[in-house]
Amino acid sequence: MSAARRKRSGAPERVPVAKTYKLYVGGAFVRSESGQTSRQTDPEGRFVANVSKASRKDFRDAVRAARAAQGGWARKSAFNRSQILFRIAETLEDRRSLFEHTLVEQGGFAAAEAAAEVSSAVDRVFWYAGWADKFTQVLGNVNPVASPFFNFSMPEPMGVVVLLPSLRSPLVGLVSAILPAIVSGNTVVALVDGELLTPALDLGEAIATSDVPGGVVNILTGRHAELLPHAAAHMDVDAVGLWSADVGMRTALQTAAADNVKRVRVHDDPERAAWRDPAAESLYRIDEFVEIKTAWHPIGT
Amino acid sequence: MDATKLHAIDPAPGASGGARSIPDVRELLFGDLWPYAPAPERNVWPIAERYGHFLDGEFVDGDGWFASVNPATEEVVTHVPTADAKVVDRAVKAARSAYETCWRDMPGAERGKILYRIGRMIQERSRELAVLESIDNGKPIKESRDVDVPLVAAHFLYYAGWADKLRYAFPGASVAPIGVAGQVIPWNFPLLMAAWKIAPALAAGNTVVIKPAETTPLTMTRLCEIFVEAGLPPGVVNVVHGAGATGKLLVEHPGIDKVAFTGSTEVGKLIQRALAGTGRRLTLELGGKGANIVFDDAPLDQAVEGIVAGIWFNQGHVCCAGSRLLVQENVADALLAKLDERMATLRVGDPLDKNTDIGAINSRAQLEKIDELVAAGRDEGADMHQLACPIPERGFFFRPTYFTGVTQSHRIAREEIFGPVLAVQTFRTPDEAVQLANNTPYGLSAGIWSDKGSKLFSIAGAMRAGVVWGNTFNAFDPGSPFGGYKESGFGREGGRHGLLPYLEVTG
Repeated sequence: MSAARRKRSGAPERVPVAKTYKLYVGGAFVRSESGQTSRQTDPEGRFVANVSKASRKDFRDAVRAARAAQGGWARKSAFNRSQILFRIAETLEDRRSLFEHTLVEQGGFAAAEAAAEVSSAVDRVFWYAGWADKFTQVLGNVNPVASPFFNFSMPEPMGVVVLLPSLRSPLVGLVSAILPAIVSGNTVVALVDGELLTPALDLGEAIATSDVPGGVVNILTGRHAELLPHAAAHMDVDAVGLWSADVGMRTALQTAAADNVKRVRVHDDPERAAWRDPAAESLYRIDEFVEIKTAWHPIGT
Repeated sequence: MDATKLHAIDPAPGASGGARSIPDVRELLFGDLWPYAPAPERNVWPIAERYGHFLDGEFVDGDGWFASVNPATEEVVTHVPTADAKVVDRAVKAARSAYETCWRDMPGAERGKILYRIGRMIQERSRELAVLESIDNGKPIKESRDVDVPLVAAHFLYYAGWADKLRYAFPGASVAPIGVAGQVIPWNFPLLMAAWKIAPALAAGNTVVIKPAETTPLTMTRLCEIFVEAGLPPGVVNVVHGAGATGKLLVEHPGIDKVAFTGSTEVGKLIQRALAGTGRRLTLELGGKGANIVFDDAPLDQAVEGIVAGIWFNQGHVCCAGSRLLVQENVADALLAKLDERMATLRVGDPLDKNTDIGAINSRAQLEKIDELVAAGRDEGADMHQLACPIPERGFFFRPTYFTGVTQSHRIAREEIFGPVLAVQTFRTPDEAVQLANNTPYGLSAGIWSDKGSKLFSIAGAMRAGVVWGNTFNAFDPGSPFGGYKESGFGREGGRHGLLPYLEVTG
């Protein structure tokens, strides 16, 4: 993944095959429709790779893929969804050396912090995976109405959720945005921005090999400033999550979101270490991307 | 207009006082022997010429007085002032002060006892509240007496019990009140909407500034009297009167921490935009175009009752009304014949008459909106079926109506009419029913009629709507969360879930 190591003179020992970092849309890895890329550099500013830069069209394609996948994902049994999400944790753990290497070489993480980051990401996925067949029991309930009806309230997925995750926490911040949204049966389009983009696309590859159906998770690397207006205004998006204290972004998002009464969840983007803290995981991150449906039926003969 | 497309349904003998032809459907006949005698409820409770705002525990005069009209008689009921920016500011300051100096830190058990007392006093004054509600709003007394007011009391009693149990509401989290809530409510259920807004806000430790609708301010003033007598500390609930401009001042006031709005989707979107970037919390309970789905294995007689409850309850002024009837094609004729028969028994008229089923449309403006959409339904080619009953000469009334031959592109199939007008469409398969039901930007309610349990569960699961009634419609309870999907808004009112919008949940 890095440039060919050259001897000071003469031919290279071996030319590594460089990887093209592509967007993850509908279960496939695609180049940006725009033909544009961002340069991923290391902390010293040296070129690492060209990373596909998502356009509005890529975003629309991703929403379409997410919409197509949503019904099937939500209809899977909760147990099956949890098994698939646990599988992401397995796959991540299996690839931890890849992620650690990337965080160190491209992100400038110290080795110990990179290890902590990957461990936290795996554990975060594992924690949310276990909720898939439990959250409805905690967030839903039977309501004791004063008339002869059986009445219960259940959380259901909102549908298609667009995520603008942390700019600071390239791996844990991303899984902390994606997992609570998909646990309940939503499908997501994650718009990943920041200094280090490659772990997001490596995460896409891990997800793609974890039995997660295509389109459930879509990962686009690009610029929040460019993509946010499209995310906010898209009429087939049900909800948007933003992890940024930037008032301008929040205002722009919430203003355009009103066009179809999108649910907008905004959170701050804490420092990297805070993202790794178990306090950053919560049942109420799942809760914020569900709808409560209440059903009534008479009790009688 | 094409006269062949208007189907007049004659009232049943006695139903509206005159002899009519007998529909060709089996029915229980009373003949002309037992016409209904008028059975009007009397108002023995004085209504003042004017009522002020309610600020910091006192009624306060203001400027810009306007009349509230009895929609059944077009007579003036009372006058209330219009709150300007100064009044709204004063109300918000009173609420802030009450929040910081008293209500927030009062033990939940003490808050609960005050809410409980409010609920009890509503029960004690239930007849008065019901009569005044029907006078100001136009809804039939049997509904204000048997539905609205009992639910209002029950709502305060239900949330009274939560006030000291909040730490059990959301497992694993710690909770705290948010602050001052700014609440704007509609005219269709004036007291009930006030209860839905105020009771959970107060139980959670917040204080309130609330604006009732400009056409229905009367019963809120009685509720304020009850607050005082129940010992609610001054400033915990403040009431400002006025129309949309006052509502805008309230929801955009920077001293408000949380906005709760019930009303049209159009205004809801304006509020969502206005609050963008402010960090203030928002819940919206907006419009609807609920589908009431009748399958061929449904108990048709019960389904007919559900259709009536769905669209003719409260003159159809119900955001969760079953305003679209989706009926399986092979039972459509049988169902509509039964519906005609049932419709013929409906009595339209004096809201204070205990026999009245359908009262007055709340305002001339609303009546005009209904007229416009009904005209659009006829212009676009749907067949109109309407009860040919007499209606009072004065006041705002609309006869119960349904349309057949409706297609998805018709305005009456897509737009919220908010009146006693039903659009009927047919379907052949369950998949088609689901597709039709969800083919709307709204997502508030749905009804499903079938005697097959597995089908009920599967269709209920497929509905993109916040409330799904199986073999019933328009049932409500303080313990039952209510609220929409999609453009019907977000947040829930009622039940444990109804606390969430009024709490800061951490963890």
